[in-house]
Amino acid sequence: MAGALRARVLIRPKAGILDPQGQAVERALPALGFRGVENVRIGRLVELDIEDPAQLEEMCERLLANPLIEDYEIESDVPVAT
Amino acid sequence: MKFGVVQFPGSCDDHDALGACERVGEAVLLWHADPELHGVDAVVIPGGFSYGDYLRVGAIARFAPVMESVIEFARGGGLVLGICNGFQVLCEAGLLPGALLPNTSLRFVCRQVRLGVVDRESPFTHRCPEEISIPVKHTTGRYYSPEPVRVLLRYAHGENPNGSQDDIAGVTNAAGNVFGLMPHPEHAVDPLTGSTDGLRIFESMREYVDSHVLA
Repeated sequence: MAGALRARVLIRPKAGILDPQGQAVERALPALGFRGVENVRIGRLVELDIEDPAQLEEMCERLLANPLIEDYEIESDVPVAT
Repeated sequence: MKFGVVQFPGSCDDHDALGACERVGEAVLLWHADPELHGVDAVVIPGGFSYGDYLRVGAIARFAPVMESVIEFARGGGLVLGICNGFQVLCEAGLLPGALLPNTSLRFVCRQVRLGVVDRESPFTHRCPEEISIPVKHTTGRYYSPEPVRVLLRYAHGENPNGSQDDIAGVTNAAGNVFGLMPHPEHAVDPLTGSTDGLRIFESMREYVDSHVLA
């Protein structure tokens, strides 16, 4: 896609929403000897090549995230890997 | 009285829902790619994994051509029932408040649950007794809403299978014509499977439609 830019969207559970996946990982880490870890939260990462990064906000609001339960953060100037 | 049961790729309870509807009235399947509602009097969005639920439960199904018509039907006051994945789709479509999150146990739960019928005057529950027993089977059923909601069903004390807020099992919209629930009334319509309590919900809808269409 000519002229496309690489963008990255970080999606995470909103503060205050229980994240049982994060809790499970937090409980597993001490079993491997890792100490002093807390507040583990697990979200997801969407990477995409896009011609018009101005569309990212609406994409997040309408599909990539559910704004009721998730926060998102857009990084639109990610170097494209070669 | 004619029910329409929506069928997405990945729906898996569509035929049980169709069978439940046929016990109380006529019923047809509504294919996801067809925006026509074929003159149905009420819409049921069944359980399953619409479009694989690949992104987030219910997130992609809400953009199906049939959903445009379902949203319009609901805004016009038509009865819409969403069961399990159907409930998730209705929340994503904005027809119901809130969202469904993964069970706190992170496990798939499949068992019979007792439910308190909190509101027995709604179009969906007026034929229900105070308590009903129907099955749940889901991994993403933890209801959450930052705003107050109209609750129709709650899990009985000690029965909450997913950690949902205030034991909420089913909610309706402000207008009262859209209902979503995680438990499966369509799986509890024959004595063979242990309970016929689910039938009360389909009967409630039929009676409501019959009295309002004829009135």
